[in-house]
Amino acid sequence: MEVPILKQGHYLIASIQSALTDADLSQLREALIERVGRFRARGVIVDVTALDVMDSFAVRTLRDIAHMARLRGADTVIVGIQPEVAFAMVQLGLTLKGVATALDLEEGLAFLNQQGEGRLEDRRPPGGRIDRG
Amino acid sequence: MATKAKEAPPLPQDPLAHTESTAALLRELVAHLRQNRTQLREEWARRITRAQLLTAMTEEEIFAEATSVYDNYVEALETGTFEALQAYARNLSERIIPRGVETHEVVGIVLLLRDVLARSLFGKYHEDFDKLNRILDAYEPAANRVANTVAVGFVQERERIIRQQQEAIRELSTPVLQVRERLLILPIIGVIDPQRARQLTEQLLRAIRTNRAKVVVIDITGVAAMDSNVANHLVQTVEASRLLGATVIVTGLSPEIAQTLVTIGVDLSEMATVGDLQGGIEEAERLLGYKVLPLEDLAPKP
Repeated sequence: MEVPILKQGHYLIASIQSALTDADLSQLREALIERVGRFRARGVIVDVTALDVMDSFAVRTLRDIAHMARLRGADTVIVGIQPEVAFAMVQLGLTLKGVATALDLEEGLAFLNQQGEGRLEDRRPPGGRIDRG
Repeated sequence: MATKAKEAPPLPQDPLAHTESTAALLRELVAHLRQNRTQLREEWARRITRAQLLTAMTEEEIFAEATSVYDNYVEALETGTFEALQAYARNLSERIIPRGVETHEVVGIVLLLRDVLARSLFGKYHEDFDKLNRILDAYEPAANRVANTVAVGFVQERERIIRQQQEAIRELSTPVLQVRERLLILPIIGVIDPQRARQLTEQLLRAIRTNRAKVVVIDITGVAAMDSNVANHLVQTVEASRLLGATVIVTGLSPEIAQTLVTIGVDLSEMATVGDLQGGIEEAERLLGYKVLPLEDLAPKP
């Protein structure tokens, strides 16, 4: 099943609706990384609320997405991991090290906005906005 | 004896004829016990008092309970079904366990009843030794099973109560408290075993989601000792909380625990630690963007 990827401002939101096969996951990874460039996205949110199981391949794919998106200029945050899933993951040693996580979509957006604030100040030359307009 | 009775139910393996005679004997026996109900029951209650059993109960109570046990006992002998007796034993246990009645007392009174009844049988059939033998053959297995049922019922009830209390202690022992919007504290007191660690983590993760917590302070001032297992559980709790988007601060590591953890080489680099609970809450407030000031600092300067 293909995962719908929504564009919301500078962010891409991939909301996983049902259990995914390994092929689906790889497809999601490719689609996301491609779209980060196409839409010049600054943030990616992957919502896994609907997943009640997460295996090592899924965790690795999520981690890969985060790292690959970073290389293409977008921060990634994984949102909606269920308590039971989180518990099972740490027991299996699948801890998504180095990947940002948040409680739900709202928190994820807040996190990305916060990240963005720092970046706008750091990177944009003064008057950048006027040039654009 | 009790086990033997459990393995060998009152029905003998012999042909039907024998079964019938056993049934007939049991019927005769039951009739005898019914006839002498008042006298035997009084004798039993007297023996209980004399043996200093059930000291937590008054004499009237003992007599009242003795009466119902006696009737249930006779009924179990008569019908050969033990469900009613079992239910009664459970009910009785429920009433007497809170009053401190011990297992040996319950077993003791049932054995006393067995003794009282057997003596009355000796008295009745002492002239006909052969008949006495057959009556006892019918009586013993059934009586053993009755004793077994009552004792097992009592012990099971006690175990159920113990389990229930353990559960209650566990529930109480891991409160997850919200001290500020999006800030939880989890004070841990006592020993952490794997089961408790698991329950603690589950409870915390649920609380993070319900309270939408961003920061959690786990205070382990009340934990006396820690080994690598417990430390790893703690690391897992921190990791799992992070997966739900919450930052964990651990506070109150005692000098002993700090030394143990470093000596056994547990990797706590992923864990934020602060000296005491106060410091932990201050750090958490900083993370959440709170600043607590004394009121006079807010008053406009003249």
